[in-house]
Amino acid sequence: MNGAWSWPVRRLLLGAGQTAAVVLLVFALTEALPGDAAVALAGDQPDPARIAAIRETLHLDRPAHERLAAWAAGLLHGDLGTSLTSGRPVSSYLADGFGPTLLLAALTLLLLVPLAGGLGVLAARQEGRLADRLISSVTLGVYAVPEFAFGVLLVTVFALRLDWLPPTAVGYGDELLAHPAALVLPVVVLLSRPVCSLARLVRAGMIEALASPYVAQARRYGIPGARIRYAHALPNALAPAAQQLARTVDWLLCGVIVVEALFVIPGLGTVLMNAVAERDVPVIQGLAVVFGCTAVVLNLAVDLVTYRLVPRTGVAA
Amino acid sequence: MHENPVHASGFPDPRFPGLRRRGFLAAAGGAAGLGALALTGCTGSTRDAADGGGKPRRGGKLRAAFAGGGASETLDPHLANLFADAARAKALFDKLADFGADLAAEPRLAASWEPNAALDRWTVRLRKATFHDGKPVTARDVLYSFRRIADPKKTFRAKASLEPLDLKASRAVDERTVEFALKRPTAEFPNLLAAFGAYIVPDGATDFDTEPVGSGPFRFVSFTPGRSAVFRRNDDYWDGAPHLEQLEFLVANEESARVNSLLGGQVEYAHELAPTTARAYEGKGQIEIIRLRNSAMQAFAMKTDRPPFDDKRVREAFFLLADRKELVNGALSGAGEVGNDLFGKGYEYYADGLPQREQDLDRARHLLKKAGADGLRVTLDTSAVAAGFTESAAIFRDQAAKAGVRVKVAMGSKDSYWQDTLESGTLCSYRSGAMPIESHISQRLLSGSTTNATQWKHKDFDALYQQAQSTRDKKDRAAVYARMQRRLYAEGGFLVWGFADWILGTARTVRGVAHRAPANTLDWARFDKVWLA
Repeated sequence: MNGAWSWPVRRLLLGAGQTAAVVLLVFALTEALPGDAAVALAGDQPDPARIAAIRETLHLDRPAHERLAAWAAGLLHGDLGTSLTSGRPVSSYLADGFGPTLLLAALTLLLLVPLAGGLGVLAARQEGRLADRLISSVTLGVYAVPEFAFGVLLVTVFALRLDWLPPTAVGYGDELLAHPAALVLPVVVLLSRPVCSLARLVRAGMIEALASPYVAQARRYGIPGARIRYAHALPNALAPAAQQLARTVDWLLCGVIVVEALFVIPGLGTVLMNAVAERDVPVIQGLAVVFGCTAVVLNLAVDLVTYRLVPRTGVAA
Repeated sequence: MHENPVHASGFPDPRFPGLRRRGFLAAAGGAAGLGALALTGCTGSTRDAADGGGKPRRGGKLRAAFAGGGASETLDPHLANLFADAARAKALFDKLADFGADLAAEPRLAASWEPNAALDRWTVRLRKATFHDGKPVTARDVLYSFRRIADPKKTFRAKASLEPLDLKASRAVDERTVEFALKRPTAEFPNLLAAFGAYIVPDGATDFDTEPVGSGPFRFVSFTPGRSAVFRRNDDYWDGAPHLEQLEFLVANEESARVNSLLGGQVEYAHELAPTTARAYEGKGQIEIIRLRNSAMQAFAMKTDRPPFDDKRVREAFFLLADRKELVNGALSGAGEVGNDLFGKGYEYYADGLPQREQDLDRARHLLKKAGADGLRVTLDTSAVAAGFTESAAIFRDQAAKAGVRVKVAMGSKDSYWQDTLESGTLCSYRSGAMPIESHISQRLLSGSTTNATQWKHKDFDALYQQAQSTRDKKDRAAVYARMQRRLYAEGGFLVWGFADWILGTARTVRGVAHRAPANTLDWARFDKVWLA
């Protein structure tokens, strides 16, 4: 029992270390970028005196380690700092961007799991037959299409030609839920690739599990086919899929930049894009902390789930 | 494309002045309805015939999509930096003056301005106007606003433009009269009043994001940075109440998103469209495409203080290398006009009598040979920082190669490009938005200019500028400007190959959008004269 608990604790500590490393790396990389917030603010009026004045106002003239230390000290008090460009607290940036991104991620996930699972199981059961070949080729094909192109295609056909759905969510930022039609295309684009990869993983895992000795043994005991498939084979097939799912959730939560830009959804991806363009370091750092923590917690959760589904793999982890 | 007469005559020929907005503005006073009528008369007469006349209709909500600055946007008009900021500031606030289509300053909150004999003291009389809270706009508000902008501890954008003002010595003569003291004679003083970001805010105002109070045509309703700003009509506006009941600014950074939302009926006005988009939809009847001519100068900047461009024969040779038509067609997708190595085509004081420069490879080769610059190699710095930059660099490289000049195109970082190329390198892609020719000279071509990308530093040229600023008579002043421009045309550092159109899209129901309004001028993104049919 003790050993079973020490493993998650070790994982958590490792995760905290990873988050700190991510933040340090992000800080170092932003420092390495040419130009800073003052240069970005000055734009095409790069008056040297004005740049120097902005730098002084923003404390950018202080050495990097001092700024990092000041920021880290604030972080310990739960203070993420203030934006260089607007002077508003970073936490308000995160709060504003979190809603839309979370909504998109939740909806996508809600549809993703049954859809990918169902397709994967179906393909595995029909292995080599028409349904399987169809599912395999379609998923492979869709997976190969970049999101941006897929999004543009969907907008052109379903919004501009057929006029069934709104082309963007412009202006709905605060009440996306009140305009569900505007969410359809973004969610379809978000679903397109993960559904393909997950369905293929589930199919492969399922085929392997169905061919395994323990399923054969279960058959010999006369256990009904459905029960074998869903209670015995599927959990084994889901283990690799769960890892992939964690990566997907991570990707969804950390703001799917392309989809947000294409459909004008002001989520975390948009916040990140703007912050990078403006060299708004405190906002970038704040986002890095949040993304880092999300990734760590998600992967931890998935490891726990995998451990639960297929206990033997826990030894390896 | 031309079967629809609307678009064949949708925009007036830029060479034909047509009905000047200046005249109408001076006469309009409070008769905004009449003014808007006059505007439609000149911009889209045939368009309105199809819809049964162009009488402005009151009411309705217009949604306008702009590229924005994300979550760090603010309504502080003095911080305005982006087009979206400027458009929002214009709806809520007023300046003392603003630029007409020819970039000459026109009175706005200032009813008149009068200099003393030495041109270093200007008396500005304010018109009768009120802020949204009912308080009158006074001389105190004006002085507070300008002092706030000029605060040495702050970095407001208009600060550099207001530099000639001596605000300590300036004073309020009475409620509606301000006397501005200047550090030196400044004949073009009204340009300061119209400077980008020089908005008048109430005395003592510091917070603009919760409940901004201005004197502009629209009142504040709500604002979410990076998403939307909703304003409503100010019925007491001194220039006549807007026709629209409500105005909403929406942010969509992707051009495709702005076009799609316009096509899908989610917005009625989309700012900043690509030439390819304009071509795809122009004359198709789905949406209106509006091209604002002469909005952005496109150039290559040669550093005149270092080899090989410290030899004026080499500079002239480069002027002759460029095939301007090819550059406009290739880099701007044809959405623009050729340049003549001078800033400000069509603006007040522009020297339009000079012959149009054409490609002349033989003469270019000859000049290079004379300068001892055979087989010249230069690096052209460019970046994807502005539309057409990388394309024009590649086209120019090929054009130069025909005369034996090897141009190496170097791609720079998008985010620090302007600062990187200000002092270093020898040749770079350059662009500028609309501003008076005087501002272009003072900001970029004097020895003490802060953004002198061509390193053009000549004492006699500075003296000419000072002379112009001390010349009271406008015709004499124009003669001095013409002299300065002839010099720049002959041996300056800016190879101005084109002027890009600024492209807008509107829904077919939108009326009263000015067609002769380079970006950043009074009638650009001006929604108080717009209505929905």
